[in-house]
Amino acid sequence: MDIAQITPILATAIATSTPLVFACLGETIAERAGVINLSAEGTILLGAMTSFAIAKTLEGSGTVPSLLAGFAGAAVVGAAIALIVALGTLTLKQSQVAIGFVLALLGASLSSFLGNSFVRIPGPTVPSFKIPGLQNLPLLGNLLFQSDLLVYLSYAAIALVWVYFYRTRAGLMLRAIGEQPNAAFARGTNVVKMRYIYTLIGGAMMGIAGAAFSLDFKAGWSHMHTAGYGWIALAIVIFGGWNPLRVALSCYLFGILQSLASVAQSSIPAIPSQVFNVAPFMLMILLLVLTSSEWVERVLKLLPSPLDRTASELIRSAPPAALGKVFEQD
Amino acid sequence: MKVELKDISKRFGNVHANDRVSLTVEAGTIHGLLGENGAGKSTLVKVLSGFISRDSGAVLLDGKSVEIKTPADAIARKIGMLHQDPLDFPPLSVLDNFIVGKTGTGLIDRQRSLRQLQQLSTHFNFNLNHYETVANLTVGERQQLEILRLLSLGVSTLILDEPTTGISASQKTALFKAMKQLASEGKSIIFVSHKLEDVEELCDRVTVLRHGKVRGRAEIPCPDAVLIDLMFGRELAPPLKPQTRQSEPALQLEKIRVDTDRLTLRLGDLTAYKGEVIGLAGLEGSGQQQLLLMCAGLLRASTGQIRVNGVEMTHESYSKYLDRGIGYLPADRLKDGLVSGLSIQDHVALRTPSRSLFVDWKETLKQTVQAIATFNIRGKPNTLVERLSGGNQQRTQLALLPVPLNLLLMEHPTRGLDIESVLWVWQQLIARCQTGTTILFMSSDLDEIMRYSDRVIVFSGGQASHPIAVSDLTADRLGQMIGGRLSDTLEPSVIS
Repeated sequence: MDIAQITPILATAIATSTPLVFACLGETIAERAGVINLSAEGTILLGAMTSFAIAKTLEGSGTVPSLLAGFAGAAVVGAAIALIVALGTLTLKQSQVAIGFVLALLGASLSSFLGNSFVRIPGPTVPSFKIPGLQNLPLLGNLLFQSDLLVYLSYAAIALVWVYFYRTRAGLMLRAIGEQPNAAFARGTNVVKMRYIYTLIGGAMMGIAGAAFSLDFKAGWSHMHTAGYGWIALAIVIFGGWNPLRVALSCYLFGILQSLASVAQSSIPAIPSQVFNVAPFMLMILLLVLTSSEWVERVLKLLPSPLDRTASELIRSAPPAALGKVFEQD
Repeated sequence: MKVELKDISKRFGNVHANDRVSLTVEAGTIHGLLGENGAGKSTLVKVLSGFISRDSGAVLLDGKSVEIKTPADAIARKIGMLHQDPLDFPPLSVLDNFIVGKTGTGLIDRQRSLRQLQQLSTHFNFNLNHYETVANLTVGERQQLEILRLLSLGVSTLILDEPTTGISASQKTALFKAMKQLASEGKSIIFVSHKLEDVEELCDRVTVLRHGKVRGRAEIPCPDAVLIDLMFGRELAPPLKPQTRQSEPALQLEKIRVDTDRLTLRLGDLTAYKGEVIGLAGLEGSGQQQLLLMCAGLLRASTGQIRVNGVEMTHESYSKYLDRGIGYLPADRLKDGLVSGLSIQDHVALRTPSRSLFVDWKETLKQTVQAIATFNIRGKPNTLVERLSGGNQQRTQLALLPVPLNLLLMEHPTRGLDIESVLWVWQQLIARCQTGTTILFMSSDLDEIMRYSDRVIVFSGGQASHPIAVSDLTADRLGQMIGGRLSDTLEPSVIS
C-alpha cells in the first residue's frame, strides 16, 4: 500500500471522527468544570433523532435553513438534558453517576420512541465543500480540507476550546473550579453558576454531535442509530487526559484505527471480523496503560529537564481533582 | 484600614462558636487572636472574610458598617485571608495560581503577571520558581505565594489563620519579617494562633478567646502567665474524682523518645497505676498526642521501652495492643473514631469478633439495644453515626470500647459536648477506673484536667514534667509550667 492509497482512507477517518470530536470536546468542558455528564449516549441519540426530524420536516423551506434548524434543535436538546444533570447534581446535590446513567438509558429509548416515524427515510444532508486554495496543499489538503463545513467547524472548535482553556482568564478559572472548587470560591467565583453554564455548553455540543451523525456522516435515522458512540466519547475524554488537543487527536486516532481495522478485515478474510471490530478498543486501552505506567515516568526522567517537563505535560492525565464531587460551601 | 467586629455571634447547632465577640484592629498594626483549638478564632475571621455568615453583630471598616456575605465581597472590601490549609490549585503552576481569580482582560497576559509576581517576590525576598507545579511546593512556599497573590489584589487587611503550623523555621522568619514590613506599610494584619511564642514575637496587641468568648485583651509585651491565665482561666476547679488508684503498676515507660516531623518527645521513666487517671496538660502540639499515640501502639518510639501489666509491648503490632485491652479515643470522632455511613448497629457488628461468615444480626441488634440503653445514646440501632450529636457520638465510642479495658487513651474526651454529656461521660470513665482501667487523657480544658485526674503531666515543646498530684497544683504553678518553665522534667538528662 502506498501513500496514494492510504491518504483517502485517513482523510475519511478524520472526517468521520467529527461527531466524536464535538461530543468529546463538550464532555471535556463539563468534566474540566467538575461535572461528569454520563448521559452522552442518550444525548447523542436524542440529538441525532431531533435534528433529523426537524430538518426533514422543514426540508421544503430549503436545505440550508432546514439543516441549521436541525443543528440548533439538537443543541437545545443536548443543553436541556444537561440542565437535568445540572439541576440534579448541582442544585439537588445528587450523584452525578446515577443521574447521568439513567438519562443515558432514557435518552436512548426516548429517541427510538419519538423518532419511530422518521426511520429509514431520506433527508437533507450537509453538502460537501472543498476549501479553495487549502485543498491543494500537498498531503494536508487531501487529508483535512476536502470535506464539508462541519468538519472545518470542528477544527475551529478544537482550537477555540484549547485557547479558552489555556489562554483566557475565564478558562483558567474553569480549570480551577474542577480542581479545587473551595479555593475558586475563595477567589470570588460563583462555582455553582459556572458549573451550570459549562455543563449546558458541554451538553449542547453533545447534541450537535448527534446532529453531525444524522445530518452528515451517518445520514438518516434508524433505531439506535448512533449506539455506542456516547460511551466511546466518555472513554476518549479519559484517554485524552482532559486536554482538548489530546482529546481531539484521540478521536482521530480512534477513527483511523477503525478504518484500518476495516481495511485489514477485507484483506485478511481468514481472521474473524469480530477481532477487527474490537481491535481499536484494545489498542486504545493498551496505549492508555502504556502511557500511564511507571516506567514511562522513569524513561522521562532520563530526558533533559525542559524536554522532560513538556513530555510529561503531554502524557500526564490526572482527572480534575473535584470531578464528580458535590461542592459544599462551608 | 481600621477593622472593627462588633458583638459577633455564631452558633453551630448547640455550640456557641462566637458569643458576642468584639475585635478592633487599627491600621498599621498586627493584632493577635489567641486561644486554644476550638476557642472560636477561625469562626470569627471566617465571618470577616465572608466564608461564614454571622447570626448577629456588625462589621465596620473605617467606621462604616459593611455587609460581607461571600469571599468575593471580602475581596472587594480589600480583605484577604490566608487559610490554615492552603486553598490553592496543586496541579497548576505557581504563575497560574497567582493569576486565578484576578480580574483583567479576557486573554491572560502572562508576561505582565510574571513581572508583577517577580516584583512582589523580590520586595519580600521570597524565592519561588514561577513555573513549578504548586503540588511540588512546601506548605511555607504555598503560603508565600498566597500572600503575594492577596497583596497583588490590593488587600489592605490580611488575615492569617494559624500560619506557622507546618512551615520550617526559616520560612517562619521570612513570614514574620514580611508581616512586619506590611504593617509598617499601613496594612492591618490579624494573626490567628494558639502559639504563645509566635504571638509574643510578632503582634502589637492580642485578643484572647476561650469557649467562644473574649476573655481579655493585652498589649505586647505581656508576661506569659497573664496570657495563659486568659487562655485557660484563672480559677482552677476543685478535684471531683474519688480515689480509684491501686498499688499495682499498669503502664510502665522507660527512657522514651518519640521523633515525629513536628517535634521530638522525650520522656524519662513513667509508671501509671491501675485505676489511675493521668491528665496531660499543655499547649496543643507540645507532645501530649505523641505520647497517647505511642501508648496506643499507633506510633513507634525511637528509643525506650513500654510495658503494659508487666508485658513487654515495645515492638508489638497495633492488633496486639488491642488484644491487651488498650483502647484509644481520637479527638476527631467522625474521621478517626467512627465510620461515617454506618449505623450504631453496624459498628457493634464490626466490633464483635466472630469466626462465622455471616453477621448474626439478631444477636447484634440485641447487643445494640442494650448498649444504647446502658450508654443512654439518643439514637436508634439503625441511626447513622454522623447523624448523632457530638455527645452521642462520644457515648457510642465509649459503648464500643473493649471489655476488659486495661488502658484507655483519650484526646479531648469531652470537646464540644454539653455539660450534661460531660458529667455523664466522666461518670462512665470513673466507673471503668474502679474496675482497674488506667486512663491517660489530654485536654485543653484545665478544669477538666483538675477535676478528673489523680496526677497531671505538663507538656511544653516536647518536654514533659514529672507527674504531679492534683492536690499539689496551683494555677500559678500550672501556668508557669505550660509557659515552658518546667522546673524538673521527666527527661533524666536534659539535652539543650
